[in-house]
Amino acid sequence: MADDAPALPATPPTTLPPVVRELYARFGETTFILQPTADGIPTLWTPSQKLAEVLHVLKLGVPKPYGMLLDLSAVDERLRRHREGLPEADFTVFYHLLSIDRDIETRGGGDIRIKVALKGETPHLPSIAKQWANANWYEREVWDLFGIVFDGHPYLKRILLPPTWQGHPLRKDHPARATEFDPYTLDAMKQDLEQEALRFNPEDWGMQRHSEEADFMFLNLGPNHPSAHGAFRIVLQLDGEEILDCVPDIGYHHRGAEKMAERQSWHSFIPYTDRIDYLGGVMNNLPYVLAVEQLAGIVVPDRVKVIRVMMAEFFRITSHLLFYGTYAQDVGAMSPIFYMFTDRQKAYDVIEAVTGFRMHPAWYRIGGVAQDLPQGWDRLVREFLDWFPKRLREYEKAALKNGILRARTIGVADYTAREAIEWGVTGPGLRATGINYDLRKARPYSGYENFDFEVPLASRGDCYDRCVVRAEELRQSCRIIEQCLDNMPAGPYKADHPLTCPPPKDRMLHDIETLITHFLDVSWGPVIPPGEGYFAIEATKGLNSYYLTSDGSTMSYRTRIRTPSFPHLQMIPHVIRGQMVPDLIALLASIDFVMADVDR
Amino acid sequence: MSGLLHWLGSPGVLPVLVGIGKAITLLLGVVLTGALLIWVERRLLGLWQDRWGPNRVGPLGLGQVVADMVKIFFKEDWTPSFVDRPVFVLAPCIALSVMMLGFAIVPVVPGWQVADLNIGILFFLAIASLGVYAVMLGGWASNNKYSLLGGLRSAAQMITYEVFMGLAVMGVVVQVGSFKLGDIVAAQANGWFVLPQFLGFLLFALAGVAATHRAPFDLPEAEQELAAGFHTEYSGMKFGMFFVGEYVGVVVVSALLTTLYFGGWQGPWLPPIVWFALKTGAFIVLFILLRAALPRPRYDQLMDGGWKVCLPLALINLLVTAAVILARQPV
Repeated sequence: MADDAPALPATPPTTLPPVVRELYARFGETTFILQPTADGIPTLWTPSQKLAEVLHVLKLGVPKPYGMLLDLSAVDERLRRHREGLPEADFTVFYHLLSIDRDIETRGGGDIRIKVALKGETPHLPSIAKQWANANWYEREVWDLFGIVFDGHPYLKRILLPPTWQGHPLRKDHPARATEFDPYTLDAMKQDLEQEALRFNPEDWGMQRHSEEADFMFLNLGPNHPSAHGAFRIVLQLDGEEILDCVPDIGYHHRGAEKMAERQSWHSFIPYTDRIDYLGGVMNNLPYVLAVEQLAGIVVPDRVKVIRVMMAEFFRITSHLLFYGTYAQDVGAMSPIFYMFTDRQKAYDVIEAVTGFRMHPAWYRIGGVAQDLPQGWDRLVREFLDWFPKRLREYEKAALKNGILRARTIGVADYTAREAIEWGVTGPGLRATGINYDLRKARPYSGYENFDFEVPLASRGDCYDRCVVRAEELRQSCRIIEQCLDNMPAGPYKADHPLTCPPPKDRMLHDIETLITHFLDVSWGPVIPPGEGYFAIEATKGLNSYYLTSDGSTMSYRTRIRTPSFPHLQMIPHVIRGQMVPDLIALLASIDFVMADVDR
Repeated sequence: MSGLLHWLGSPGVLPVLVGIGKAITLLLGVVLTGALLIWVERRLLGLWQDRWGPNRVGPLGLGQVVADMVKIFFKEDWTPSFVDRPVFVLAPCIALSVMMLGFAIVPVVPGWQVADLNIGILFFLAIASLGVYAVMLGGWASNNKYSLLGGLRSAAQMITYEVFMGLAVMGVVVQVGSFKLGDIVAAQANGWFVLPQFLGFLLFALAGVAATHRAPFDLPEAEQELAAGFHTEYSGMKFGMFFVGEYVGVVVVSALLTTLYFGGWQGPWLPPIVWFALKTGAFIVLFILLRAALPRPRYDQLMDGGWKVCLPLALINLLVTAAVILARQPV
């Protein structure tokens, strides 16, 4: 079955992207292998000896440089069959760089992907943690999940899995299901060992226990703490209440979502995406189905696009409202969150009426959405739009204009646009520094180019501005929803394409051929043609993308989920040093993260 | 038996017994009011936050008070193994008893006052500074880093508000010429001190909120930052004493605001007890409204505000008051 899948036309693009020409000119064409991909992102295989140099040139040596390390991960290539034209490799490490300037200028031409082929059971690669601040965690993650060693990394330890874990789970030979393991038991000794493994040891991080004048306190904040927004732990080195240094510790919410993607059918993975950013609902489905559709070559009808935009914006509203309320609460204001939960529920009422579910509807489908809009949806949406904007004005008075809140957040935990790019910050956290980069405008997807809305910006990049930007985004989301309401196109809610899933049913009972196809497509799921696809969207918390590798099967060969919260948390120590414990709480609130989004 | 009756009949004993009876009634009344405030606060917060609050147990949810008290009395009173036990037990006792002592000087209605000390206000200031020991010792004895930070914050907070609290109230003392609360109430027969001493009133109210560790000055417990701050390790009745102690503090400060600046029990038509209860109740509601409305400042901001703004203002208030009084005096 899988072998029948048509291979993607692997013809290289006729005109080379400018960045590829620049690299060819500098390093010679033979240094690289240019891989054609379904996403059209220039993908260059680079020898590992040249890697550091190539990345250095891309970051500093080209006009409109690639300042942001958007993603860094790996693929276990050992079981992949469709590798025509690619270098021999047991593992591939890829570096996804982004140039915001180029992206805005060319409407989506700002990416480049550098791949390195690695051989052997425990491959080695030079670390780039010194070149890019945010490479640190990404490289740890690759070591944790793939067992690839980055030479020269300052702290190459496990990051998502417990320190006691055996094996590297994203390797193809690591089991994926609980039934492939022995039953799990936890006796007293094992529990003690696990707990002891989590004990924080300042010397491991090169921290002093005391200075000449003072002993420092090491405060273990989390993984259970009222303001940690989930199972997040951060160890603080304190002098009084001043934070000298801190070490974030993540992984308590790791579910192995990327591993699960390799054992679910393309269709049945959709509900897992809902739970990546668990406040984002169907917004999470969007980059995934868009990437699959890109691989499958599905073009969805206009009605599908507008429905998707509308529901995604509803989830932006619910997510931002939760942010807004908890933000006020974390600086000590008790009441706003209750008002915002009331409104959030009103948005959920609409969402529930349309999708049948509140937080995790898993409602988008490959090639469409699950159902057409129900009768009377327009009235519900209209009621919400009549109600909500005036409440936003009240919130401004209750929260943003409050003097104490302003004193607590203005100038607190600020960073510049440069730092934001260096650390891989996206979304409102980036726009609060004044960079006008919103994927909905920069590279419109799902028909966002047809909508009239503004991208809110701020300039200080502090805790206050991050909230101001989001507060204004709520208003813009309402504008977008209103335009969806006024201009909802007629037409089908599913693409008429053989790989649409679940497949259209109208012709199913007419002849045996269509019945068999339908049966296979429903029971096994669609077979997506081999290739690599990538899609990024402006999610609630920043840039969320799916990088899918299909090997021509009913399941994904590798699903890389790039979430915005992961680099945002990595930046905390850099931003908070020298400030106080309450400032850290304000920073955590202003980042707007959920741990499910960080740990996947 | 006859000896006892004889002793009871002797002059001077009965007034003492009546005095003790009144004192017990008053203090019991304060504690019960404090307990009732748990319900009042939750219902009022509910009202302002578009939700119900406790409304299931008994009429209007009033049974919640009883349910909460039963729960807190019968909950396991657990003392963690790592704490400094004697101090750990002592701290909540201080918290509750000190606040109740503070109420002793408040003239509720004519004739109903536990002790009309001639150093009444000084007594209250002394008691209020003792109250901080409860928080500091509790935080210290808990042997928990969050509690310790809470204790530290309360010490920092105390030295901030204590000074201007004392100076703010001195305006009233200068006007009356007495520390005695009875005299202060009497002096307001022709006009409440809130008008001439408006600045002093504001400052004293501010310091009062800080003294009770209520939001927005709840830095020692700051849930979002320090989990539960100084009482993180407390549970059962020991926690209950901190909890009720805080509410008793609210009652005491409200009663003092009434007495010092709003004429105490005085007022037309209604009996004094009603006036006293109405005025005090209004301040209690204000306390709760503050909690519903305001975020929490950082503690260095609180200290800045205390030393750089409130203290100079309190001094100016005192100097101006004194100057006016001197100027009016016949030479």
